Amino acid sequence: MSTKTILVQADILATNKQAAAAIRQELRSRGILAVNLLSSPGSGKTTLLEALADRLKGRYRMAVIEGDIETERDAERIRAKGIPAWQITTGGACHLEARMIGKVLGDVPAAIDFLFIENVGNLVCPASYDLGEDLRCVLLSSPEGDDKPAKYPQAFLSADCLILTKTDLVPYLPFDPAKAAAEALSLKPGLRVFTVSALRGDGVDALVGYFVEALERLRSGRA
Amino acid sequence: MHELSLIASVFDVLEEKAREHSALRVTAVVLRVGRMSGVVPDLLESAFDAYKRGTLAEGAWLTIEVVPIKLRCPDCGGADVREDTDFSCAACGSRRVEIVEGREIVIERIELETDQP
Repeated sequence: MSTKTILVQADILATNKQAAAAIRQELRSRGILAVNLLSSPGSGKTTLLEALADRLKGRYRMAVIEGDIETERDAERIRAKGIPAWQITTGGACHLEARMIGKVLGDVPAAIDFLFIENVGNLVCPASYDLGEDLRCVLLSSPEGDDKPAKYPQAFLSADCLILTKTDLVPYLPFDPAKAAAEALSLKPGLRVFTVSALRGDGVDALVGYFVEALERLRSGRA
Repeated sequence: MHELSLIASVFDVLEEKAREHSALRVTAVVLRVGRMSGVVPDLLESAFDAYKRGTLAEGAWLTIEVVPIKLRCPDCGGADVREDTDFSCAACGSRRVEIVEGREIVIERIELETDQP
């Protein structure tokens, strides 16, 4: 009997990173822009997707992968807009992982422009998992408070864009959109910031413009 | 709170390494966990203890080395180790710093028991 020490130096997230890289390659080759939406529960991810469905209608085709711990509710809301949607129920897991997306990918129609992935509502864990997306958007709603970026730095550090949602409620709340944006930008310079009221439709066009620009960039870079 | 699923990945690697080296048991595991990895060392330990029962790492010790946040500044070339989450360069104040260490979750080394002399 003997013991030996082995230097492993294995990245625990390597399996997820490999799966994500394969998804990214697959979606890019199909010319699809994948967007990972990340936020606390109830900050308006599904409502934003409904607003995007209305704005993109007739111009671009989208599909949605919904992540939740339980229920088909979000996917049903998206399907009601005539948009193909798949619900992943994690049964307790606090985030989506790349292999969960990989399983659904075969069913996603080839002829779409945007694939939106709505992560499980959680501002912490989903930040650690690459899903193979091209853009990661963090949503922060006005009722949550403008002090969240510094409290949950990973999510904002890993994002490409910040969407301040429920701006129609700002007059009634001690929420300063400029302060929230400045705090997020001090963590991640270059972060694109949008302010949106999905219920009123304010700011949705600017966001659509951002996604369309990214889609064109992706397609022009395609071999 | 995804520590249990991370530990499941750790055990995949432990089993693979044990097989590779024809080991009977895993007796120690050392993880390196970044301060900005989003993982809580205490929860990783609890998850490890819950997961190891009935596995070849049942008697294994877990050691977690916390990796501080290390920044590199592209503007002045400075390097900086931080205990807080103020991501600015200590030398020139630039906010464009890159996090070069502190986000990792790595199995650094393991100790195996084999029946070979």
